[in-house]
Amino acid sequence: MNSVPWLTILLIVPAAGAVLVALLPKTAGELAKRLTLAITAATFVLALLATIAYEPGEPGFQFAQSYTWIEQFGVSYAVGVDGISLVLILLATLLVPVVVLASWHESEQGRRSAGAFFALLLALETGMIGVFAATDVFLFYVFFEAMLIPMYFLIGSYGSPKEQAQRSYAAVKFLLYSLFGGLLMLAAVIGLYVVSADELGKGTFDFAALRQMEIDPGLQKWLFLGFFIAFAIKAPLFPFHTWLPDAGAQSPTGGAVLLVGVLDKVGTFGLIRYCIPLFPDASDYFTPLVLALAVVGIFYGALLAIGQRDMKRLVSYTSLAHFGFIALGCFAFTSQAGTGAVLYMVNHGLSTGLLFLVVGFLVARRGSRDVEAYGGMAKVTPLLAGVFLIAALSSLALPGLNSFVSEFLVLVGTFTEYRALAIVATTGIVLAAIYVLHLYKRTMTGPLVHEENKLVSDLSLREKVVVAPVVALIIGLGIYPKPLIDIIRPSITATYQDVGHSDPAPTVQIAGANTGGNS
Amino acid sequence: MTPGLATTVLAAGAPEHGGAVHYTAASGVFELSWLLIVLPLAGAAVLLLGGKRTDRFGHWVGTLAAAASFVVGLVIFIALVGRDSSDRAVSSHLFAWMPVNSFQVDVGLLVDQLSGVFVLLITGVGTLIHVYSIGYMAHDPGRRRFFAYMNLFLASMLLLVLGNNFLVLYAGWELVGLSSYLLIKFWEYRPAAATAANKAFYMNRVGDVGLALAIMFMFATVGSTNYEDVFGAAAGDMIGYGTITAVALLLLLGACGKSGQFPLQAWLPDAMEGPTPISALIHAATMVTAGVYLIARCAPIFNETQAARTVVLIIGAVTLLIGCVIGCAYDDIKKVLAYSTVSQIGYMFLAVGLGPAGYALGIAHLLAHGFFKAGLFLGSGSVIHAMNDEQDMRRYGGLRRLMPVTWVTFGLGYLAIIGLPPFSGFFTKDKIIETAFAKGGTSGYIYGIVALLGAGITAFYMTRLFVMTFHGRPRWSTEGADAKHPHESPLSMTVPMILLAVGSVAAGGLFIVGGTLSDWLAPVVGEHGEAHHTLSPAVVTALTLVVSVGGFAGAFLRYQLRPVAAVAPADSEVSLLTVAARRDLYANTFNEVAFMRPGQYLTRFLVWFDSVVIDGVVRGTAAGIGGLSGRLRRAQTGYVRTYALSMLGGTILVVGALLLVRAG
Repeated sequence: MNSVPWLTILLIVPAAGAVLVALLPKTAGELAKRLTLAITAATFVLALLATIAYEPGEPGFQFAQSYTWIEQFGVSYAVGVDGISLVLILLATLLVPVVVLASWHESEQGRRSAGAFFALLLALETGMIGVFAATDVFLFYVFFEAMLIPMYFLIGSYGSPKEQAQRSYAAVKFLLYSLFGGLLMLAAVIGLYVVSADELGKGTFDFAALRQMEIDPGLQKWLFLGFFIAFAIKAPLFPFHTWLPDAGAQSPTGGAVLLVGVLDKVGTFGLIRYCIPLFPDASDYFTPLVLALAVVGIFYGALLAIGQRDMKRLVSYTSLAHFGFIALGCFAFTSQAGTGAVLYMVNHGLSTGLLFLVVGFLVARRGSRDVEAYGGMAKVTPLLAGVFLIAALSSLALPGLNSFVSEFLVLVGTFTEYRALAIVATTGIVLAAIYVLHLYKRTMTGPLVHEENKLVSDLSLREKVVVAPVVALIIGLGIYPKPLIDIIRPSITATYQDVGHSDPAPTVQIAGANTGGNS
Repeated sequence: MTPGLATTVLAAGAPEHGGAVHYTAASGVFELSWLLIVLPLAGAAVLLLGGKRTDRFGHWVGTLAAAASFVVGLVIFIALVGRDSSDRAVSSHLFAWMPVNSFQVDVGLLVDQLSGVFVLLITGVGTLIHVYSIGYMAHDPGRRRFFAYMNLFLASMLLLVLGNNFLVLYAGWELVGLSSYLLIKFWEYRPAAATAANKAFYMNRVGDVGLALAIMFMFATVGSTNYEDVFGAAAGDMIGYGTITAVALLLLLGACGKSGQFPLQAWLPDAMEGPTPISALIHAATMVTAGVYLIARCAPIFNETQAARTVVLIIGAVTLLIGCVIGCAYDDIKKVLAYSTVSQIGYMFLAVGLGPAGYALGIAHLLAHGFFKAGLFLGSGSVIHAMNDEQDMRRYGGLRRLMPVTWVTFGLGYLAIIGLPPFSGFFTKDKIIETAFAKGGTSGYIYGIVALLGAGITAFYMTRLFVMTFHGRPRWSTEGADAKHPHESPLSMTVPMILLAVGSVAAGGLFIVGGTLSDWLAPVVGEHGEAHHTLSPAVVTALTLVVSVGGFAGAFLRYQLRPVAAVAPADSEVSLLTVAARRDLYANTFNEVAFMRPGQYLTRFLVWFDSVVIDGVVRGTAAGIGGLSGRLRRAQTGYVRTYALSMLGGTILVVGALLLVRAG
């Protein structure tokens, strides 16, 4: 099946869908919804089939295709996946149909039509798949910037309905921040091109060719920074994060899920895909800085989350803490930490996605993001409270649920290289328990203080269908994450080996150590 | 000697220190050990997913799942007894969990002498408490959910003790914490219950940090988290003293969190907000003793580090005193029992801190305590039930005639805990005190005297509790707004109480006399060796009895022979120690001043810092670059949107232009 151009198909289906849905008349809202659901579900099935066809043991990019696009500048339409990008495409294509179903009614409350909402969603999906699949740095940059446009409109036109001014502010802040990062990256991309012209004789944007170059260490630092700042804004890492709480709070629920669940992952993905392999010397040089920002982010995000009253802002800040763990894993340079970090990207998409969904359900019922508007909700919405708790427990990385595996891998992998940092980061798990269980306590437990909350209904059938696959994956990947680990691990191991990092050996060699299972 | 020979052969390739640890691959019934966990887990899944449809029979499903797990446990245990004593560690591999290159973690189970007795304790006492809860929770609308969580707890606790590597143990460790959290806040509409549940989770997580770091240390040091490899390396003297001491102390931090030991004891009394069967099962008999299990399981590690063992001893001694001193001051029957648990686990820590001489004693006391404390809690539940949820002992009195079964079964548990011969507490506690003295030197005397003192105070507060509840004049009325109509509990509640009472009588002697349990556990925790008594056992026993009788007499004089006030005396009328004890010896105050308030201030400061400083710098920079700040403020005009979009378009143009230049 490897001859099937999976990635091009995966790009064409949602792109064509976006055009199709956009062309529907404004009155055909219902049709637009159903059509989008069908298209996005089909895209997910295609992504699953591609995953089955993928050979985890094979090195390098698979399903690779390359066609010259702009010959003069060495730009190609070049796509391909390794284990890292494949699992992120899976995550993106899974979350989009979930979001479509979750936005069934919310899409009608915006300034534009429901059809436009879903066309934007499909365009966004195309961008997300493209950004992970691109193996041409310029193509990556194009997708990187192109994703901004649908996201911008989703926030600006369909965000929090009562707060028009804040909504626009959030959308513009998101756009400007991202553009600023994009501009820096663009400079670095062009810089790369210049270097490639010098080194290879012919300028190219081909990732595989670029990573073979020996770039002068001094220049590497500048190029690294160009990419890194763009990714640090996108992820975001402390202190580039202040757009996230605004955007997270003002986005429509579905937008927030995709923004934090997938779009932000482009930042952490970029660290591992571009910063480390292209600029290995600079990566080593900046490692202490990145690790410091990561650990600061873990605590800073957690403490700020504890201090929030706005539920969506709160969830956004928890993500800042989680991105700290992911960045830590990327830059610890051990296969455990790196595999954990990529798995963490997927798991965070599921757990924070679910958290945003459930908070969105609550907000849709009561029209308020303020924690104080709730309290004792478990009594009237027991099922919603139960799902909320599962999302919360996933967020605090309880064993048996998905996030534990990734968080522990990150920590243990960091520990073998950077003991002190890992010890400090591990204490962050206490704060994770506090921010998320405190939120649960404030909203779900205690007496029902607000009269209007007594009439709130529990999850509808549609909402149950929305959360069911996410909950199932949260539990399933907690117990048996091996399929994903087996896809990610070889790519991570190869990435680190290429830049000269191997796992440290244990200090004590035990003869005939049992590596797993019984002896 | 066959066992020695086998070890030598298997240790081939290991350094001359030997000490290799070997587990046999599971076969026969041992291959079914996963059923122990899956049965209650399936029960929980059915009840939670089945929803209201299972309301009518949910409690039967839950009880059946627990009982089935007990039966499997019994079968496996009998098979274990039937094996050769050198071959009773049976490990089964289930599936790969986190396989990342050198970090290979599998889900696998270990049935051995230690986990075997825990399986029986957990499923046995667990099943009895399920049965009890059928009656106790009969009128609660959430009974099905209650049974689901109890089943979840059983599965988690079994995972904890059955895991064959530290990651699986850790999973069980945190999952029992989850079950505990869910059940403490079972009546989550009560703010106190919700707060107590969160407090329990937070403080447990502090301990969990220790356990997690210990595991990371192990992996970084020996490249594995399997018991076989880690214990083999530890017993083989292959790990440096500093590292092994650090690992032991981190494990101890985890143990303190789970077991409510100083300085992480403050959550356990609050956990009494949960329904009483939970206090019996989780917060007395099983989960809170997991810390003792952890230390005993890690005997090969603790054996190598005198320093860590000393810390265990100090924590045990301090906690046993804290627990029994506070136990004297409370009037809430469940709080007294909770502090009693804190104190009794202190004894167990003291025992396992004594090293090879004490591991088996700690486990013996743990098992005996599992019976009598579960019985005491169930008895208190029976009383609370009869008294319309009243928990203040000052509002009790004279209940022995109205609740004869509760009185007798509670009485037997009471005699067991104060250590009257021949009840079980006598054997197990007396042995601990004796072994503490036998440690030798000044420290041996100190630990011995502390343990002795604790025995006296235990006799005091338990007599106080017993007398205030069942004896004396009734301090309640059958009339008025606060009318009580105490009555004996139904059979579903009294039968478990009777069975646990039988255990309270018999267990201790069974374990201790003739060294049954220590011989059984020796392959796991090591031989206890020859004790060098500084005081002869007879003298210690005599001293213990004298001190206990003293404690009993003190309470009897004060609470039986003199009337008990229905309202607690004001702080001004009691001693300073009582005032402090009523305030949990200021543990909560300390936590608040040292952690909570500074944390709140820090959080508030950071919220301000983030919006004013960090975001301010960003907005200021933006203003500096292109006067964007003013435009941002006018964002709502719509003008800026156009601007931003045109900027995007501009960017793309610039790209094209630059490329053109380059190509040219």
